[in-house]
Amino acid sequence: MFATSLIVFRETLEAALLIGIVAASTKGLSGRSRWLSLGVLVGAVGSLAVAAGMGRISAWADGIGQDLVNVAIIGVALAMLSWHCVWVSTHAKDMVRDAKALGNRVSSNKGSMLALSVAVAMAVLREGAETALFVAGFVSGTPTPVGDVFVSVSLGLAAGSSVGVVLYFGLARIKAQHLFAVTNGLMLLLIGSLASQLGKNLIQSGLVSQGMTPLWSTEAWLSNESALGVFFHALAGYDANPAALQVWLYAASIGLVWWATRYVTQQRDAAVKLPTPVQI
Amino acid sequence: MKKTLFAALICCAALGAHAADKEVSLVIKNHRFEPAELKVPANERVRLTVHNQDSTPEEFESHALNREKVIPGGAKVVIFIGPLKAGSYAFEGEFNASTARGVVIAE
Repeated sequence: MFATSLIVFRETLEAALLIGIVAASTKGLSGRSRWLSLGVLVGAVGSLAVAAGMGRISAWADGIGQDLVNVAIIGVALAMLSWHCVWVSTHAKDMVRDAKALGNRVSSNKGSMLALSVAVAMAVLREGAETALFVAGFVSGTPTPVGDVFVSVSLGLAAGSSVGVVLYFGLARIKAQHLFAVTNGLMLLLIGSLASQLGKNLIQSGLVSQGMTPLWSTEAWLSNESALGVFFHALAGYDANPAALQVWLYAASIGLVWWATRYVTQQRDAAVKLPTPVQI
Repeated sequence: MKKTLFAALICCAALGAHAADKEVSLVIKNHRFEPAELKVPANERVRLTVHNQDSTPEEFESHALNREKVIPGGAKVVIFIGPLKAGSYAFEGEFNASTARGVVIAE
């Protein structure tokens, strides 16, 4: 029974951390609870659908259908988070000023909230589908009473979600002027993590045959099987034996978002600080 | 856009497939891997087919191989592994970790 809870916990953790960070980064924005709940709901319903069709999906493309679906899901989440990250970085000053001026309600940018909602949905979808499949198999495959299964699954879900909640409340204590910097830093780690997992899926499915060899091994220091290893994997994409492609994509994705943020900020500042024509 | 991307992926899959990777296979039966010891050539990519003959799903997981993939009941999936340095690499079925255990031996 404990094993069941643990598996559900591990599957829940990653999505819970992402939601915790996203929720903290949108603290005080109007309508954000609705957007995030919508993301969770769509992700949950979607994961049931994917779990139901997993048998067929797995057989697609000669046995790599699941990887193709994962690549698509991760790709969308990656694009949405990156876009949001750039948007927030370039609007952070205005948001902090508005937050101070208007108390706690700042009108949110619809596009940005939609992007986050989609990212949340993708995170829930990916982990949720595996969890749903596991639970369904457990119910049908063992003589364990359904009530017991329900309790174990709920415990795992609650434990996983509570880590996200703790992270959220921890972040929520940070002052508004520092909050965006912190949540954006964490979001950059999530972006790197997603990019790394994208690389892993591309290699595992045989679609890419570049950079397959592990670049290093930190197995001796921090195993992915240890509790800390599991946590850092969920938070920052820690892999003890990362393939070279994973490391490249990790660095490239973070570098790209950083560059885009700089570029957009410079463009905006240049537009603001246009030299005024000299009056003669 | 999505269609183009998907088509591109399929093309990549087709391109990847023609390279002759050594094929090996595993069967899951009664929550155990058969064979539990899988020999593969070292230093080259290997195409591993896992056929889950149980009615319940399993997750092939290996931190040493850096791989994880769900295999629904009755399904057959493909996982590319390696290139591996000579040595042994443990793997397990996460959903039935007490019985589903095995090791890949690269030599």
